[in-house]
Amino acid sequence: MLGLGAARLEADMNRLMALLFHQGVLDEQFMQLQQLQDESSPNFVSEVISIYFRESEKLLKNLRSLLADRECTDYRKIGIHLNQLMGSSSSVGAKRVRTVCLAFRAASEHNNWSGCLRSLEVLEHEYCYLKTKLHELFQMEQQRVMAAGARYHPLLS
Amino acid sequence: MVVCCKGSALSRLWKSKDQQVQQLKHYQPQNSKGGGNWRKKFLFLGILLGVLVSIWIFLSMNANIIARRKETLANMCDERARMLQDQFNKTFAEYTARTAFERPLTNGVAYALKVLHSQREEFERQHGWKIKKMETEDQSPVQDDYTPEKLDPSPDQDEYAPVIFSQETVSHIVSIDMMSGKEDRDNILRARASGKGVLTSPFNLLKSNHLGVVLTFAVYNADLPPNPTPEERIEATVGYLGASFDVPSLVEKLLHQLASKQTIVVNVYDTTNSSAPIKMYGLDVRGAGEIHISNVDFGDPLRKHEMHCRFKHEPPLPWSAITTSLGVAVIVLLVGHIFYAALNRIEKVEDDFREMRELKVRAEAADVAKSQFLATVSHEIRTPMNGVLGMLQMLMDTELDATQQDFAMTAQASGKALIALINEVLDQAKIESGRLELEAVPFDVRDVLDNVLSLFSDKSQGKGIELAVYVSDRVPEVLIGDPGRFRQIITNLVGNSVKFTEEGHIFVSVHLVEEVKSSCDFSNQVIRDSEDGIGMSYNTLSGFHIVDRWKSWENFRMFKFSTEASDAINLLVTVEDTGVGIPQDAQSRIFTPFMQADSSTSRTYGGTGIGLSISKCLVDLMGGEIGFVSKPGIGSTFSFTAVFQEGRKNLGDMRRHHPDPPVSDFQGMRGLVVDGRCMRAEITKHHLQRLGIHVDISLNSKSALSGILEACNLSGAGHLDMVLVDKEAWGEGSGLAFPRLLAEFRQNGLMKPQENLPKMFLLATSLSPTEVDDLKSAGYTDTMMKPLRPSMIAACLRKALGVGSKRQREKGQAMALRSLLSGKQILVVDDNAVNRKVAAGALKKYGAEVTCADSGKAAIQMLQPPHKFDACFMDIQMPEMDGFEATRQIRSMETKVNELIKSGEASSEMYGNVAHWHIPILAMTADVIQATYEECIRCGMDDYVSKPFEEEQIYSAVAHFFESGTVDSVS
Repeated sequence: MLGLGAARLEADMNRLMALLFHQGVLDEQFMQLQQLQDESSPNFVSEVISIYFRESEKLLKNLRSLLADRECTDYRKIGIHLNQLMGSSSSVGAKRVRTVCLAFRAASEHNNWSGCLRSLEVLEHEYCYLKTKLHELFQMEQQRVMAAGARYHPLLS
Repeated sequence: MVVCCKGSALSRLWKSKDQQVQQLKHYQPQNSKGGGNWRKKFLFLGILLGVLVSIWIFLSMNANIIARRKETLANMCDERARMLQDQFNKTFAEYTARTAFERPLTNGVAYALKVLHSQREEFERQHGWKIKKMETEDQSPVQDDYTPEKLDPSPDQDEYAPVIFSQETVSHIVSIDMMSGKEDRDNILRARASGKGVLTSPFNLLKSNHLGVVLTFAVYNADLPPNPTPEERIEATVGYLGASFDVPSLVEKLLHQLASKQTIVVNVYDTTNSSAPIKMYGLDVRGAGEIHISNVDFGDPLRKHEMHCRFKHEPPLPWSAITTSLGVAVIVLLVGHIFYAALNRIEKVEDDFREMRELKVRAEAADVAKSQFLATVSHEIRTPMNGVLGMLQMLMDTELDATQQDFAMTAQASGKALIALINEVLDQAKIESGRLELEAVPFDVRDVLDNVLSLFSDKSQGKGIELAVYVSDRVPEVLIGDPGRFRQIITNLVGNSVKFTEEGHIFVSVHLVEEVKSSCDFSNQVIRDSEDGIGMSYNTLSGFHIVDRWKSWENFRMFKFSTEASDAINLLVTVEDTGVGIPQDAQSRIFTPFMQADSSTSRTYGGTGIGLSISKCLVDLMGGEIGFVSKPGIGSTFSFTAVFQEGRKNLGDMRRHHPDPPVSDFQGMRGLVVDGRCMRAEITKHHLQRLGIHVDISLNSKSALSGILEACNLSGAGHLDMVLVDKEAWGEGSGLAFPRLLAEFRQNGLMKPQENLPKMFLLATSLSPTEVDDLKSAGYTDTMMKPLRPSMIAACLRKALGVGSKRQREKGQAMALRSLLSGKQILVVDDNAVNRKVAAGALKKYGAEVTCADSGKAAIQMLQPPHKFDACFMDIQMPEMDGFEATRQIRSMETKVNELIKSGEASSEMYGNVAHWHIPILAMTADVIQATYEECIRCGMDDYVSKPFEEEQIYSAVAHFFESGTVDSVS
């Protein structure tokens, strides 16, 4: 019964991932990330992702505060933040976030305050979406591991 | 005539107009209809004008004719009148001058004497007759038996004018008193008063009964004063001279003298009394047409005469005017018709043209739509297909049982096939829409061919067919062109050959066009191979009969015309197989897209038939030509030419599928190829030579054996390192048996101990398991599976001869990377925690021990010699201190230390026993552009990898300095 649940969970996970791939939220890099996860580092992906979320939230907060005042906006700083966000996003394979960052950066390079603000909103939206979906994914993963563990535990012991 | 000229001028005008319109039409098609209408109006106007002109011509000519007729009439009339007048006047002038009575036209002349009543008696007495009265009371016509004797004597009067002399013809009037006739009396009175000749009104002449007039002159006595008054004239009158004129005969005679009397009718009238003119001459024939009236002056001012002339006949129809104008009209109408027809034709053609262009636009739009559709759909399919394939890959990475694995693999293979097909369709669409552009990058032809060969090696081995490639030595190593597309063409052709060949061989050869052209006679063994087959076995790669491949390129432009000398490299690639061949009837449409030899082909062999058409397009794009020759049952040979540029050899960024096999390992070795088939031996030799091995060929076992023996006895330079024997050197399995001969020699003691014996290799397309077992016992060191590729040969030789590197490419890159990186201490410098984590994770996966640093400064601290790190991956974009700056500082640090060691100020022991410090630093960057790369090198970095990491890239970057690094540390 539990084993069946694990299989179903895995199928759900794959479906969700396929959806995310199809929507372009994620790209191959995420898969490569998953390949890096093995016995020696069983929680590699979730670790990376949680770091990513932590960093990104910090960056987003900074960006938000930088764009608070129209008059004294430091576009250079915005650019640096965006580069960081872009770098980490491409590392985890968050394709859409990265794309929005690109647009954001273009806007910041033109000192286009309203464009920046719009991009920030889109970025936040994309980020939230990614976050929810990945959380969903990790939850399933956890359940699967738990289910698998529940199944295999007696055998191992 | 005028109209004709006008017509031609018009036509010229029209023509030029047309041309203009045509040209205009090119740009404004919508106006053409209006233009046509306008032209038609113009045409009708022209025709109308022409008809009007012809009518005008008719009218003017007709008027001309009528005027001339009138003039003729007037002339004739006037002429006659003048003559008549002249006749009168002249006659009388002469008459008076010469008193000659004998005049032809005067009927009769008589002289009457003025006799007063008082003198009558005496006069009558003198003459013996009485003065007689002229007429009886009745005015009845004069009878023929008119005799003066019967006339009554004249009654008493004041005066008498009895005729005393008369011409013979009128002798009957002698003694008649002229005063007694009313007409005559008036005449006489007027004549003697005026002193001029006086005419009577016309009357019937006595006796002749003709209409006539009498002209009377008065004769005066000598003492008439000059400028006399009438009274004086009357007084001086002595007598009267009278002449009667017979007008009809006069006119008749006159008219006879003139020509064309038949054409006109002449009437002469006395019009003294204008209300009742008296007709003096003329018939009552009613002439036609108009009358011309001429005045005739007979010398009597009191009398007026007129001559009326008219043409006898109706004026003839003005034929000349009619014909001319009709002719003009006809010409105008004809010309009009011609133009009308031409205009209609032009209009029709224009309409057709418009229609065609519309259709063309629509067809083009449809074509573009098709291409776009294909491109879009292909692209759209590819995106989800990537997802499918990715997921399948992921699925296969999970734990599956054998069946599931099999299913998944099948699904993936199908998916890949679908992707390949979609790529082909996309290519076709791209080519058709003209969007395909060729690259121009340096590449190695041999490398491309090896790559293609390796692609098909599985299939050819599975089928047991020979697959070989030969690249002429004259082909430069590095060419500039589009390797991907070049590879695609060859892959298509070889793929086809593999598909349709069940036994025999597939042979790919690459030559320079110039080389082939110049060697038409003999020279190159490989080029010139086909026709000297002996018996059943032909001198080909597999001994099968092949088609004459010369025919496949004999129509090429490059061969027919000498190419201009330039730095362009014209390659001729031939792919020859011994397959089923192409049926004659299908050969013409072989390059048509989606067309296979016949529909059963697709059932038997699969495929879309798009490959050859793409190949043809690509060859066209490369400035070459493609051709083939094929005979069913014998095989096909496809040839194509392509134009490339020669590239410089040392180009670091050349694209390679395999890194060049290290040639140096085998440099100077000697090998012997034992093969009964010369072609095959040549190709084996060719591949070995590429590795730097000096090769001899033995075509039969005897020479091979003697060669080996000789080499064994020799030491040093003549030493033989390897012997390569084909499995089917002289027929089935003969290669496998070859070492036995050697063994026999050895047993016979003809050979020295074993260690000198060269390594034996068997070349085979396929081996059964039993044969594999037999190998070792037969005396072979190893086998080389065909198709031969330098990399494969090199690997095999390395294994057998124990030379070369630790690299084992065959085991896969991941393994290689793992072996390279395991246990290595690597520092990852990145401010971005995520990136750091990922990079670390990736490198850990390959067994490296990773330390992380989050800033440039931290990295400098950690890399202060001595340190334990083997390599450093450095992010370029970091706040505070970026990767470039950090690297610069690290390098300067290292230099300092190195100098210290060198100068002996510090012993190398202090710095970890390393004589020369240089840590490989690899840049990590997201934007891989050339400028970044150059910047990296400039500030002392060794290489760069792009983020996110790719296995292959890390491998190629790391491999290069870790090998040297190990060498360094070893030394």
